[in-house]
Amino acid sequence: MKKDILKHRLVPEHTILSKSEIKKVMKELDIHPEQLPKIKQDDPICKAIEAKSGDVLKITRKSHTAGKFVTYRLVLN
Amino acid sequence: MKGILKKIAQINFGLMSPEDIRKMSVTKIVTPDTYDEDGYPIEAGLMDPRLGVIDPGLKCRSCGSKGGDCQGHFGHINIARPVIHVGFADTIHKILRSTCKECARVLLTDAEIIDYKDRIGNMVKNEESITNIIKEIYTVARRDKCPHCETEQEDIKIDKPVSIVEGNYKLTASEVRERLEKIPEEDHILLGVNSKVAKPEWMVLTVLPVPPVTVRPSITLETGERSEDDLTHKLVDILRINQRLKENMEAGAPQLIVEDLWELLQYHVTTYFDNEASGVPPARHRSGRPLKTLAQRLKGKEGRFRSNLSGKRVNFSARTVISPDPNISINEVGVPEMIAKEVTVPIYVTPWNIEEMKKFINNGPKVHPGANYVERPDGRKVRVYPETKDAIIEKLEPGFRVERHLIDGDIVLFNRQPSLHRMSMMAHEVRVLPHKTFRLNLCVCPPYNADFDGDEMNMHIFQTEESRAEAKSLMRVQEHILSPRFGGPIIGGIHDHISGAYLLTRESSVFEEDEVFQILMRAKIPLPKPKGESWSGKEIFSLLLPEDMNMVYRAEICRRCDECLKQECKNDAYVVIEDGNLKSGVIDDRAFGSFAGKILDSVVKEYGTDKAREFLDSATKLAISGIMKKGFTTSTDDEEIPQEAKERIEELLSKAEERVEILIEAYTNEELEALPGRSLEETLEMKIMQVLGEARDKSGELAEKYFDINKNHAVVMALTGARGSMLNLTQIAACVGQQSVRGGRIERGYSERTLPHFKKGELGAKARGFVHSSYKTGLDPLEFFFHAMGGREGLVDTAIRTAQSGYMQRRLVNALQDLSVRPDGTVRDNRGVIIQTMYGEDKVDPAKSDYGKVVDIDRVIDEIRIKSGK
Ligand SMILES: [Mg+2]
Ligand SMILES: [Zn+2]
Ligand SMILES: [Zn+2]
Ligand SMILES: [Zn+2]
Repeated sequence: MKKDILKHRLVPEHTILSKSEIKKVMKELDIHPEQLPKIKQDDPICKAIEAKSGDVLKITRKSHTAGKFVTYRLVLN
Repeated sequence: MKGILKKIAQINFGLMSPEDIRKMSVTKIVTPDTYDEDGYPIEAGLMDPRLGVIDPGLKCRSCGSKGGDCQGHFGHINIARPVIHVGFADTIHKILRSTCKECARVLLTDAEIIDYKDRIGNMVKNEESITNIIKEIYTVARRDKCPHCETEQEDIKIDKPVSIVEGNYKLTASEVRERLEKIPEEDHILLGVNSKVAKPEWMVLTVLPVPPVTVRPSITLETGERSEDDLTHKLVDILRINQRLKENMEAGAPQLIVEDLWELLQYHVTTYFDNEASGVPPARHRSGRPLKTLAQRLKGKEGRFRSNLSGKRVNFSARTVISPDPNISINEVGVPEMIAKEVTVPIYVTPWNIEEMKKFINNGPKVHPGANYVERPDGRKVRVYPETKDAIIEKLEPGFRVERHLIDGDIVLFNRQPSLHRMSMMAHEVRVLPHKTFRLNLCVCPPYNADFDGDEMNMHIFQTEESRAEAKSLMRVQEHILSPRFGGPIIGGIHDHISGAYLLTRESSVFEEDEVFQILMRAKIPLPKPKGESWSGKEIFSLLLPEDMNMVYRAEICRRCDECLKQECKNDAYVVIEDGNLKSGVIDDRAFGSFAGKILDSVVKEYGTDKAREFLDSATKLAISGIMKKGFTTSTDDEEIPQEAKERIEELLSKAEERVEILIEAYTNEELEALPGRSLEETLEMKIMQVLGEARDKSGELAEKYFDINKNHAVVMALTGARGSMLNLTQIAACVGQQSVRGGRIERGYSERTLPHFKKGELGAKARGFVHSSYKTGLDPLEFFFHAMGGREGLVDTAIRTAQSGYMQRRLVNALQDLSVRPDGTVRDNRGVIIQTMYGEDKVDPAKSDYGKVVDIDRVIDEIRIKSGK
């Protein structure tokens, strides 16, 4: 039986950023993508949303301190 | 900031080949002598100038840089006969044991070789450690017969440290080397040798690297006599024997003599590497002291790693015993004059301070505000002596640097180990005081976790203006009143500060005006206008509160009455502050105590750290002068309860013990019903624990009824949060209660019973560690024994916990040490790689927060309510 991990309450929302969005975020943070935290391409979430190496994921998750928190990860293989 | 990403591709560890050693060498060393009659180093000797220079005035003949810049260059000694390197003797033994004496192949079958090579290849690819598989090969490849050439193998043993014996024949180092040379390269990996960086035969030395002179500098004694480093001595020995061995070999001396010399050479090379190798007598100095050779320099607590790299000694620091001084500010530290004269502050001379500096120099190194050294602009340093000081003052001009004594007001760093959090190192202002201990205000005991049972602390003196400025703004004690751990005060009143404030501010506390002024004078608080009538303690304390402070909270003494009567509380536990006036409630731990102080917390957050320091200094001083006015003492009388109470407690406890017996009876008669999810035994245990726990609590409550806070100072301390707890008091007066080991009643000891005084399988209260007596009546021998068991567990647990948390702290610190919060709020490591896109996900500094939150809405509402309600 296969579960849809995207529906699990502990899996935060992951979205793949477009080229222009990546550019914007990189400018905001003043970094190049290699300086982002990483995530493996074979991570279940990457498989589920079909993220490829080089993509940048925007992760929106619940936070104890801030309520909602946005962070980014670079997909690697 | 765009980070620079640089990666270390790889670090290789391998052996040096004889060619490598010769290639890196700048000269061959042949003569065992060091200097000639005129004191010049001999060419091709151990002090050959090409090996590097130490004297800053000379230039290196090998690299051209000046002494100090030149890190030195290696030389080499060609050894007449090969010798085994002690460090590799074990490996050599293992390799020889696993290879054929005839064909030198590894003693594995072809199938095994293919299998192992396959497995190792995979592990290397996955970057896994191959140590375990190599170990396995070493055991599998101990065969009696070679699978390749069928030769019978003889047993090879190692005779520590470096002799390798095959059967009854001791192999010479040359024979060992030949065997290692013969091992085919494709078998190397199976023996744990990476043929890209090492060859087995390199473990037997034919050429010895000679470390540069910078590694083994000679020292000149006052007598002008030269004293050489231990390593140099050892190298001299090696060269001498090597020379003799060579001569004897060339002269065709008898085999026996050559072998003796060879053995001796092996001994010297072995002790050169490790003078504590098992099985060899250590080489000794003429005085009989064992020589400190290469391994000894690195090994152990006094070795290079633990004493020079992981930890270092520093200048401008001091350490002594600490003692309390309630009269100095929390920001200050009392420094003994003796220390103040030893550690110094460098001051640049300017036209504006030159006269002051001259005064310091004039005082010299022995009179207190003096100076020890003067540094001229060219970097030359001169010590100030009474005889030379006038000449120095004469020459003093702007640009010089004077190392003057520590004086009042200097900023220093103060530290107590183990430095577990940032409050373990804080900046204090110096107060030079008589006697020999560091003095500190009692309010800073909690962050340092210090007491005065012999604790020592360290002090460091800042040496630059920048560090002083930074320390003053970031590290000063007053900047650390709030802890980043929970966003509340960690620095605050303790012990007598709390009792004193309570005695001063409780309802019954009324003072005549002259008494009030005595108290205030003693606390060094500015005197208010006399009002010509008696004062309440609350009015006195209100003098310290900011004019516009409004707050409401429940004091520590609050007994959680069923219905809170607020201002009318009979315990006076409802604190109301209106426009800086304490209207109701007493001042106790919840007011300005460390870890709990609400008023202190509010002062820091609303009025800033300067005000908070002022408040804390005067509040504690006021409390101390209050407690001294009232008088405060405690004795065992404070834990006395009347006879009738004792009888009632006795009755209560024996009833409980009866109920335990009834439970046990129900269990043995199999009438007991198991609780859901529990076995019968667990149910019984739980019920017994519950009954006994209740009995102890009830007896405590009973005793508490006779404890009157108005008559009993022990109770004052327990209820205000100054020291001790109600449990402590009731254990002394009423009943100690159940002792536990591993969270349950005591079960260990003899088979089926805790002590031989009980029947096997006995489950009663007493048989399982219930202490019926109170500390005051005294424990009987059995109770005493169980109590010791419980007490011991506590000690062991704390010992283990500190060891575990210490290691955890170390790992955490190592993992996090390079992370920092950048101005844009991101958390990054030293390469600029993002760890968090926003610090703590909300950008809140917990030390500046309200108990972890950005703002405490309830408190703001309370404040407004008081303001508008009047
Ligand atoms: Mg201590
Ligand atoms: Zn050099
Ligand atoms: Zn063979
Ligand atoms: Zn109350």
